[in-house]
Amino acid sequence: MLRTVSGWGQYPQIKAEYTEPVDYKHVYPETDDSVIPRGLGRSYGDSALSQNIIGTTYLNHFLAFDTATGALTCQAGVSFEEIIHVFLPRGWFLPVTPGTKFITVGGAIASDVHGKNHHAEGCFSEFVSSIKLLLPDGTILICTKTENSELFRATCGGMGLTGVILEATFALKKVNSAYIDQKTFKAKNLEHIFALFEEQQGVTYSVAWIDCLAKNKKLGRSLLMVGEHADDGDLDLKLGKALSVPVNAPDWTLSPMNIKIFNTLYYNKVLRAESSQKVSLNTFFYPLDQLHHWNRLYGKNGFTQYQFVLPMESGLEGMREVLEIIAESNNASFLAVLKLFGKENENYISFPFKGYTLALDFKLSKKTLDMLNRLDKIVLHHGGRVYLTKDVRMSEFTFKASYPRYPEFHNVLKKYPVLENLNSLQSKRLGMSHL
Amino acid sequence: MSTPKNIVIIGATSAVAQETAKLFAAKNHNLFLVARNADKLAMVQADLKVRGQGQVYTDTFDHKDYTQHQTLVGKIKNQLTTIDFVLVAHGSLPDQAVCEKDFSAALEVMEINFLSVISFLTGFANVLDVQGSGTIGAISSVAGDRGRKSNYIYGSAKGALSVFLEGLRNRLYSKGVNVLVIKPGFIDSPMTAHFKKGALWASPQKIAKGIVCSYERQCGIVYLPCFWKPIMCIIKAIPDFIFKRLSL
Repeated sequence: MLRTVSGWGQYPQIKAEYTEPVDYKHVYPETDDSVIPRGLGRSYGDSALSQNIIGTTYLNHFLAFDTATGALTCQAGVSFEEIIHVFLPRGWFLPVTPGTKFITVGGAIASDVHGKNHHAEGCFSEFVSSIKLLLPDGTILICTKTENSELFRATCGGMGLTGVILEATFALKKVNSAYIDQKTFKAKNLEHIFALFEEQQGVTYSVAWIDCLAKNKKLGRSLLMVGEHADDGDLDLKLGKALSVPVNAPDWTLSPMNIKIFNTLYYNKVLRAESSQKVSLNTFFYPLDQLHHWNRLYGKNGFTQYQFVLPMESGLEGMREVLEIIAESNNASFLAVLKLFGKENENYISFPFKGYTLALDFKLSKKTLDMLNRLDKIVLHHGGRVYLTKDVRMSEFTFKASYPRYPEFHNVLKKYPVLENLNSLQSKRLGMSHL
Repeated sequence: MSTPKNIVIIGATSAVAQETAKLFAAKNHNLFLVARNADKLAMVQADLKVRGQGQVYTDTFDHKDYTQHQTLVGKIKNQLTTIDFVLVAHGSLPDQAVCEKDFSAALEVMEINFLSVISFLTGFANVLDVQGSGTIGAISSVAGDRGRKSNYIYGSAKGALSVFLEGLRNRLYSKGVNVLVIKPGFIDSPMTAHFKKGALWASPQKIAKGIVCSYERQCGIVYLPCFWKPIMCIIKAIPDFIFKRLSL
């Protein structure tokens, strides 16, 4: 039926024909219009929006689990939250997780998600051994790194454009605790945080919160959090009661002044240059999941996240240019996350490569869009690129200039003509029907 | 950890039944699942095997084959030896307008939502009567509390079921068998995919939690979520000379 849908950024909102199949026989709607699969709708922009949407709500079954190897086979609509709920008490955790557990396995593959361990362990697809993919003509293909490998490489990070993922097999990670031994380092500026990242590369998880309103000598002041799974045998994840933002907040909620006050308090709350804590997996990986509908804090006009990566060589210089523009524009980002990525994988349009990535949230406005266009130029100039899962406004030129393996992705789409109607608003905007 | 219980679910592939079975599987209870569609059932079985350490048995049924229902009841009894909880959860939501014009459609609604349900209930009631313990539950509906023009065919099947269960509850009380009458309101599931959802709609997960809780606490007649109890109280109290004029 017709539903109003949007991505996590609440912009754009469209009316789409939404179907939620319960079996593999009636997955694709009978239409010649555009179709796109969708999981829990946590991608920020327009990548899971189309005239017709196939929701994987009821494709939510576990199918097999190998207690010896940790290999889990499940349907695409199973959420990370459910996996943690079922498997953490038995000592298994996700091999890679982004900053929210409210995503599906299908979405994790289509976005080829990364987490705080990317520098050490790579993207989610690194752990995926097999994908069962349904093409619009009813063909079901098993894709692995060796069988239908091109389709596997195009599906991982392929934003749902290669078909509906029905099932996947991937390896869970053995853990001995629901807690993380965390260390926090205080960095005075950008050079300092870069040095800390490189110094801490041996630690499995690392991420930095950065005060993007700090200027001049304080530009890039940040807190680096690194962590390892604790080894205390306590697998009981105590869940606090999550709060919820009931309605869209007024415009001034995340005003630059409020963010400035928050940033100053947050940075100065940590007194010592280095400190240690034991925190739960929820606190470490999913701090924002404790506040349901936090996207409403940005108000009814919506927001976007801008996440880009710059290569190692130009990371420091490029990052400084970006931060200067943001600080100068006074267009504050409440969330600003910096991370060092590890090496790039073989997937054609997966986002991460070796270098520094920064993710920023901005309330949508003309001013924001103008600023992001300026940032695109800097990112392109330094050989970087922007994450499709967060994107809602990038130009076709920027996309094609920054994803050098896009032609290979395009070749796969052309090899399977039945994929022609799989389009999202994003894939159309980025001109993904042609080279 | 408590001792594993033996749970039987008829109509095990419905959204509410699946969510209920997940909660029981997580407690490592043994499950015997019965459903009409073998493919879906196999998928649900696989899911539950991953979730818990209990046994998960399955079988299929044809809702019109009443003889087969009794054979199945015997087979389940033999497999599980004792039965702690039977949940009859199958049903279908018809198109009221079609049923008004075509009695065969209305009959089909009665067969699925009432006759096949009491067929199983009769079989299991006799098993639990002899056993002298356990709980029998069935998913009725708030729609069975009062006939409304928009949904009275389905409502009358569910209303008949509620009355049947009340009587059965009365009969088995002295035998130590509890009968649970479950009356959910609107549930957001594949069965209601074509409805526009509002504030009164609940997820299958929420209903399932209510069912498990009602079973464990040995409740009698439950409305799920519980806010339906006062709502139905008011709806039942509306005098007929007003009610007949309403568009409900």
